[in-house]
Amino acid sequence: MTERKVCIIGAGMDKWGVREASLVDLAQEAAKVCFDDVPALKKEDIDGLIFASSYCGRSSFQVNAAPVIAERIGIRPTSICTRVDTLCAGGSSGIIMATGLIKAGLADVVMVAGGEKLYTPQRWETYYSEMASIDHDWDGAQGMGLPPPFFSMTAQEHMKRYGTTKEQLAAVSVKNRRNGANNPNAQFQKAVTLEEVMNARAVVPPLGLFDCTPITDGCAAVILTHEDKAKELTDRPLVYVRGTAQASLHSMSMNWPGEDLGDWAHLRAAAKKVFERARVKPEDVDVAQTHDCFTISEIIEMEDLGFCKKGEGGPFVESGQSDFGGKLAVNTDGGLLSCGHPFGATGLRQALEILCQLQGRARNQVEGAKIGLTHNLSGLNVEHTILIYGREP
Amino acid sequence: MGFENFGTVSFTTEAKVADFITQLEAGKVMATRCRQCGGSYFPPKADCPKCLSSDVEWFEVKGKGKLASYTVVNYGPSGFENDAPYILALVQFDEGIQILARLSRDITEKDIKIGMNLTVHPAKLADNRIAYEFKRA
Repeated sequence: MTERKVCIIGAGMDKWGVREASLVDLAQEAAKVCFDDVPALKKEDIDGLIFASSYCGRSSFQVNAAPVIAERIGIRPTSICTRVDTLCAGGSSGIIMATGLIKAGLADVVMVAGGEKLYTPQRWETYYSEMASIDHDWDGAQGMGLPPPFFSMTAQEHMKRYGTTKEQLAAVSVKNRRNGANNPNAQFQKAVTLEEVMNARAVVPPLGLFDCTPITDGCAAVILTHEDKAKELTDRPLVYVRGTAQASLHSMSMNWPGEDLGDWAHLRAAAKKVFERARVKPEDVDVAQTHDCFTISEIIEMEDLGFCKKGEGGPFVESGQSDFGGKLAVNTDGGLLSCGHPFGATGLRQALEILCQLQGRARNQVEGAKIGLTHNLSGLNVEHTILIYGREP
Repeated sequence: MGFENFGTVSFTTEAKVADFITQLEAGKVMATRCRQCGGSYFPPKADCPKCLSSDVEWFEVKGKGKLASYTVVNYGPSGFENDAPYILALVQFDEGIQILARLSRDITEKDIKIGMNLTVHPAKLADNRIAYEFKRA
């Protein structure tokens, strides 16, 4: 049997932010938007559900969440019904797994949904749960755990080695908050000025309030299927999954794979593989959603994804090369800095934006976009996940 | 005796390297080395991640390490609220060992220089708890 080509045909997200709703409520909302996006899709067409969530067992007291979600959205999967957890990359992991199953003929139409309910009446629970995401025996017992201190160290090392400036960090926030200002589902829909970012309250220096993604409730969902079924279900241009990669090179408990914290060897390993598999080069990418959990992250991602030379991520961003009219447009829907970050949903939100960009229906459209990329880093930078989508298989 | 009293908040009580705590109580910060492939590890590992052998030995982390990076934690995670602010530092020792721990309270941010020499020692915490921390070499 020849390998089937896999397409993403529809996607949706609900309103992200502080939500008075349960995880299952939020998943149902996202699924509804996703169904509305593909009117020809019937519930009985769907034979697989992969649900991406990391905190569901803690903050929603729900393990084995996938069957509960399937029941709530009224689908009856017969090929696969499971949950995936790779923290911040959960949604992207779900898409990779669905792609493999569909390629192999083990599933035909798969919904990948995901998200988190992070705000609970007891706010300390969220900060306590954070400790479950690292090597808690050792680093956690020292009081490492919340992400800002780790990314502050990363930023300081990058600034020292390459001369990256606080203004360059701020440029990421200004760009992404502007892109998110017209996104009705974003947690923050307000542009910020360079001065506001520079003068904001410090979280962990050099990172201030606008350098950090917030805590977010929300869900998103996408539909994947094989090329023949995609042609049946949609009249829109087809968008293919061209390549996937996910790399972890031992970075738990500070066993860092690179020369310093600003050197992301595991991202380069994933990038090398995904560009080979997608048969494209970094310069072919028209639009990318990269993991801007902190402003420094997007700068280093530009380097280690190969969009600019190592050490030049700061000037690359500051000079508009990652903006509309530059080499490629990055985080066109506002990124994590505007939309927020309900971990399992973020990769799906990125896929939604790339789908819209490649079909020419995005709010902030990159004209003629043909190749799109999504990227996530997980936890305290322990893993990198990349997908490349294209208008051609 | 396991990890019940380790760190400000302990998330794990039982682990195969519980002897680390016994040694810490006796004044030593220990790492492990694999007798088969020579790989050395901190945090210590009862089984070697490289060759998966269980033939490992303890050795003390002695001598000076170099400060690679640090961060001032102003907002602690749950359980650490009363400790903040504190400074977490990443220090590189011989044999490729890298340790994350707090700086001793007598080192303030203005004393810090990247590359400065530091040593690692057991640190007694409140309520008979114990951890390790860096001091000036």
